Amino acid sequence: MQVLINGETRRFDAPMSVSALLAALELPATKVAVERNLEIVPRSAFAETTLADGDRIEIVHFVGGG
Amino acid sequence: MMPGMTPEQRERYLRHVLLKEVGGQGQQKLLAARALVVGAGGIGAPLIQYLAAAGVGTVGIADDDAVALSNLQRQVIYGTGDIGAAKTARARAAVARLNPDVTVVEHPVRLDDANARAVVAGYDVIVEGVDNFEGRYVLNRACIAARKPLVSAAVGRFEGQLALFKPWAEPGLPCYRCFAPEAPPRDEQINCAEEGVLGPVAGVMGALAAMEVLKEILGIGETLAGRLLIYRGLETATRTVKLPADPECPDCGGIRRG
Repeated sequence: MQVLINGETRRFDAPMSVSALLAALELPATKVAVERNLEIVPRSAFAETTLADGDRIEIVHFVGGG
Repeated sequence: MMPGMTPEQRERYLRHVLLKEVGGQGQQKLLAARALVVGAGGIGAPLIQYLAAAGVGTVGIADDDAVALSNLQRQVIYGTGDIGAAKTARARAAVARLNPDVTVVEHPVRLDDANARAVVAGYDVIVEGVDNFEGRYVLNRACIAARKPLVSAAVGRFEGQLALFKPWAEPGLPCYRCFAPEAPPRDEQINCAEEGVLGPVAGVMGALAAMEVLKEILGIGETLAGRLLIYRGLETATRTVKLPADPECPDCGGIRRG
């Protein structure tokens, strides 16, 4: 499976969930939002959302300043 | 004909009135509107200027800070002589210089769960550019409880994020907590005080937030509700993505189910 993560192509051996992707990227789910094909994935759906070949993923870091 | 506007107002707002989506009636709506700006900092400064210039009749300003020297690289309504003065007072003076049509209400307090709901209840639309996550959660809860639209803008380093939250308005619309369910760990937060911000990033986001406030008051255009705008200054790029409600959200999930 090949997905685009923040503009870079990444290959994975098997289909994976958003949760598994974050684990593979060593990113805690508390720090980021995940955007899949121009739509934010709700955190409660991370485990059940399976990535598909060709997905465009953006990892969005929360900014908190004003 | 624009009944209710003085000759000075007709001239001051002429460029608005020329827009068929605004017109004299739209300008009257702005003059009658009440907007609350929470956070009179880097985002709040241009935001207050644009709301005041546009003739939003009542602008509430909530901030408990004083002007500091390190604010002046981006908080463009303040000057060197304002250092040490309360931001709400100096912001009010800036508005008074700009437009006598605007009444400023100062709220020189930190909004928390105990006081926020009563404050937001007095306004038609709330817009925030606060400098911390906890303040955003406080406002999110208060605006959901009071059924007020919340325009939310945030910056850090070279990036800005903007959204409009009104989960009570229709099914599927998110709140702030649907986007950011919990604050990142303190030492990993991207905020201006610790990570820095290039001044114009705050200006861009303040102006974009003002645009959404005016749209919301006027009821024109395509609403930002249900979407998130991300501005990336170093790439000179923006993208707008869908932002759905999280059905498990502890802050707004209940109102949807109820």
